[in-house]
Amino acid sequence: MIPYDFEYYNPSSVEEAVQLFQTLHHDGKEPMYFSGGTEIITFGRLNMVRAGAVIDIKNIPECRALEFNQESLFIGAANALTTIEERNPFPLLSQTVSEIADRTARNKITVGGNICGTIFYREAVLPFLLTDSLVLVAGHRGLRSVPINEIFQEQLLLESGELLVQMVTNRAYLEQPFVSIKRRRQWDTGYPLITVAALKVGQEIRVAISGLTDFPFRAKQIEGALNRRDLSDEQRIELALHSLDVLILNDTEGSSQYRLFVLKNTLHDVLHELGG
Amino acid sequence: MTFRNADVLLDVLRYQLGLTGAKPGCLNGDCGACTVNIDGAAQKSCLMLAVEAIGKEILTIEGLNAPIQGVFVDQFAFQCGYCTSGFIMNAHSLIETKKNPSDEEITAWLESNICRCTGYMEIEKAVKSVIHLPKGP
Repeated sequence: MIPYDFEYYNPSSVEEAVQLFQTLHHDGKEPMYFSGGTEIITFGRLNMVRAGAVIDIKNIPECRALEFNQESLFIGAANALTTIEERNPFPLLSQTVSEIADRTARNKITVGGNICGTIFYREAVLPFLLTDSLVLVAGHRGLRSVPINEIFQEQLLLESGELLVQMVTNRAYLEQPFVSIKRRRQWDTGYPLITVAALKVGQEIRVAISGLTDFPFRAKQIEGALNRRDLSDEQRIELALHSLDVLILNDTEGSSQYRLFVLKNTLHDVLHELGG
Repeated sequence: MTFRNADVLLDVLRYQLGLTGAKPGCLNGDCGACTVNIDGAAQKSCLMLAVEAIGKEILTIEGLNAPIQGVFVDQFAFQCGYCTSGFIMNAHSLIETKKNPSDEEITAWLESNICRCTGYMEIEKAVKSVIHLPKGP
């Protein structure tokens, strides 16, 4: 049971949602946008998240879009992860999100909610980082389109009241070879240890990682090392690991040394799958 | 009936409507004991606000009348029974969604539920047996 109550709003347009946020914020209601809502509900139960009002975005058509134009794929933030898996417009994204939580939970968790969440993993962002996608964000000044590699720095850097509406991905990336590997300490259902998603664009391998540190990231240093074709696979991976400049997680799921060991083996798998 | 906006569906089903088939387990979306079907899709009712379910068809174990229930008995697919309604609702959604699911699909769906008594083999047998039952016209 969530130990406090909140107001609930269910707008039908982006403009209405943004306006509601402004009004509720002005009235001191501490509003939050609510998509799948799994973090608000589970953290709310523990009093770790508190909202005076929630604005459900699932009835906003733009937030439920899953469509192509000639150049791009548009994915609304409020699409459930299983919707993306089943319709499969973006195979790397489908593969990556299919390993998040479990299937029933993925009926509720949304792609935008995962990206905007506070847990370490947020694997749904990895394919968008690899494909230099754009994010469409709505605020009181209107809509803006921003490269995700600019606006996602450890977290999505939204201004107060801004709403993540869609991710926009160039169709050319959707057909590129990819691999997405999730490693857990135990079984197929344990909590994640590390997820590595990789995409081969031309002869260049791109890599994004979740679970190594307390935020997901595009690993440009690792990419530089892995694409050194003058070196052996072993040398490239050693160079990649030495190039890391993030604080490696060290927790009950895995020590930092164990995470690096798993990463090393996973990078071998990436090179094997994508052919270096 | 009235409830708070912050009430999760599980609590409203159990404490307002007296439908106690959906079980409170982890209350964190991990165990699946509270699974119900919303517009045909399996959902963990501890992860859904009751207010989100307004206008949707909510099916709980109390309203289910399907072959999957009988085969759980035939295959001894429960021990303490606490997880059973959640497993059945998830399996029912699977069978209704995919008429002939593969072993991989069955595993992927049933990973959403935990059986503390570890009766997984019998549960898998039960689900597979109902998949292979003769279908109606």
